[in-house]
Amino acid sequence: MFDWPTFLFSLPLLGKALLITLQTSLLGNAFGFVIAILISSMQLAKMPLLRRLGGSYIFIFRGVPLLVQLLVIYYLAPMFGLPNLSPMVAAVMALSLCSGAYIAEILRGGLMAIPSGQSEAAHLLGMSRPAILLRIELPQAVQSTLPSLVNELVLLIKASALVSVVGLADLTRVAQNLASSDYLFFQHYLVLAGIYCLINIPLTMFGRRLERHLERSLA
Amino acid sequence: MSLSLSPTNAISAVPAENSKIAPIIHLAAVGKRFGKNQVLANIDLDVHHSEVVCLIGPSGSGKSTLLRCMAFLEEYDDGEIHIEGRLLGWEIDDRGHRKHAGRNRLNEARRNLGIVFQQFNLWPHMTALGNVTEALVRVRRLPRQEAEKKAMKALDKVGLSEKAKEYPARLSGGQQQRVAIARALAMEPKIMLFDEPTSALDPELVGEVLAVMKQLAQEGMTMVVVTHEMGFAAQVADSVVFLDQGSVVTRGTPNEVFRDTQHPRLRQFLQNYLDRNAFWNTTPELEN
Repeated sequence: MFDWPTFLFSLPLLGKALLITLQTSLLGNAFGFVIAILISSMQLAKMPLLRRLGGSYIFIFRGVPLLVQLLVIYYLAPMFGLPNLSPMVAAVMALSLCSGAYIAEILRGGLMAIPSGQSEAAHLLGMSRPAILLRIELPQAVQSTLPSLVNELVLLIKASALVSVVGLADLTRVAQNLASSDYLFFQHYLVLAGIYCLINIPLTMFGRRLERHLERSLA
Repeated sequence: MSLSLSPTNAISAVPAENSKIAPIIHLAAVGKRFGKNQVLANIDLDVHHSEVVCLIGPSGSGKSTLLRCMAFLEEYDDGEIHIEGRLLGWEIDDRGHRKHAGRNRLNEARRNLGIVFQQFNLWPHMTALGNVTEALVRVRRLPRQEAEKKAMKALDKVGLSEKAKEYPARLSGGQQQRVAIARALAMEPKIMLFDEPTSALDPELVGEVLAVMKQLAQEGMTMVVVTHEMGFAAQVADSVVFLDQGSVVTRGTPNEVFRDTQHPRLRQFLQNYLDRNAFWNTTPELEN
C-alpha cells in the first residue's frame, strides 16, 4: 500500500519545498510582527486619524481571504506597468500583511491589559512614546499573549500552503506535482500532512520554553 | 482670596528668607473641569524651596487632581501653574490664546519633578534596579554602568540595595513603593510629588514608606504630598492645605489646621479620623 521507494525518492524534493514553506511563513510572520506593532499602537493612539487608519488596515487585511490577497498582490504590479513581483516576494508580502492584521489584534489585547499608570510613570520620567512602547509595553504584551502568538505562527505556516497559487514550489505544490505524476494521491498527501504536523513540534517546544523563560524572570 | 503658603510660625522648618524669593511652585487661580463638573476652582498655592506641603481632604475633594495638574498629567483649564518660574504645560501664542506646549518644553518643565503614585506603577518585567536604571539610560543617556551606580545609590537611600535584583512581584507593597521613590529620586528632581503614596499599602507597611519620606523632608526636598496620614502631615508638613469640593477651605501650619475651629467641614473631617482611631480608651480588653 505504501510505496517506500517512491517515498524515499520524493524526500529530497519535499525537503527543498519545506525550506520554501518555512522561508515564506517565517519571513511573513517576522514582517507581520513588525506591521502588527505599528498597527496595534496606531489603534491605541490618541489621534483619531491614526486610530481610523489602524482600524481600516485590520478591516481590509483580516476581511479579505488570504488566497485573494495573494492573487491581488501578485497581479497588482503589472497593472501599473511595473515588472511582475517574484512569486517569493509576493508570497511573503501577502503573508506579512495578512498576519500583521491578526497579530495586531492579539497585541492590542495585550497592550490594553497593561495598567495605564505604567506608561504614565515612564512618560513623566521623560521617556518618548516609542521608547515606552518598545521598552515598557511591548515586552509585557508579548509575554501575556505568547500562547496566541505561537498559535498565529502555526496558523500561518499552514496558511502558507496557499502560496502555490502564485507558482511557488512550496510543500503543498510539490506534493501535488508528485501525486499527479504517479497517481499515488493518498500516499503523497499523507506524507504532506505528516510533514506539516511535524513542523509544529519544534515550534511548540520553542513556545513553551519561551513561556517558561519569561515566567521565571517574572516569578 | 490670597492663599500664600509662606510659613508664618516659628516651628516651620523653612528658613525665613525663603518666603521672599520666588516660590518653586506657583499656582494662580487654577481651575479644572471634567466635562461640566468643576473639580477644582480658583486654587492659589505657593510652595517654596524645601517646603513640605500636605494636601488633605475627603475623597472627591480634588486633592489628587490638583497634584496631577502640578505635573500636567491633567490639563488645568483656568489659571496658571509655574514650576521654577516656567509656565507648565501651556504656551501663550501671539494672539494671547493658550495652546499646548511642545513636548520638549513640557519635559523641560517636568525635569525637576519626581512623582510617586498610589499604585507604585513599577514596570513588572524589570528588576528593581532595572526600574530605577531605565530612565537614566533612555532619558539622561548615561552609560549603563554609570546609570546602575546611580540607581544603586538611590536604592540604598530607600534601604533596598539588597533587593536590587528582585522583580517587583517578589517585593512587598512597601518595598515596591520605596523602589518607586528611588526611581524618581535617581533623576535628581528638585520637587517630589506624592499622590497618596501609602493608600494602597497594608497598614503595617505604611511606616517604612513614611520613614523614607520623612528623611527626604529632613534633607530639604521640596515635597507636595496628598495623604490620609494625618500623623505624617502633623509631624512633617510645613503647611497643610485642606480641600473640599475643589476649593481650598483653609491652609496653615499643622498646628493651625489641626486645631482649627473655624471650619465645620474640616472639624468633621478630622473628627472622622479621631473617631476611627480612638480604640485605646474604648476597648476594655486592651486595658490590663
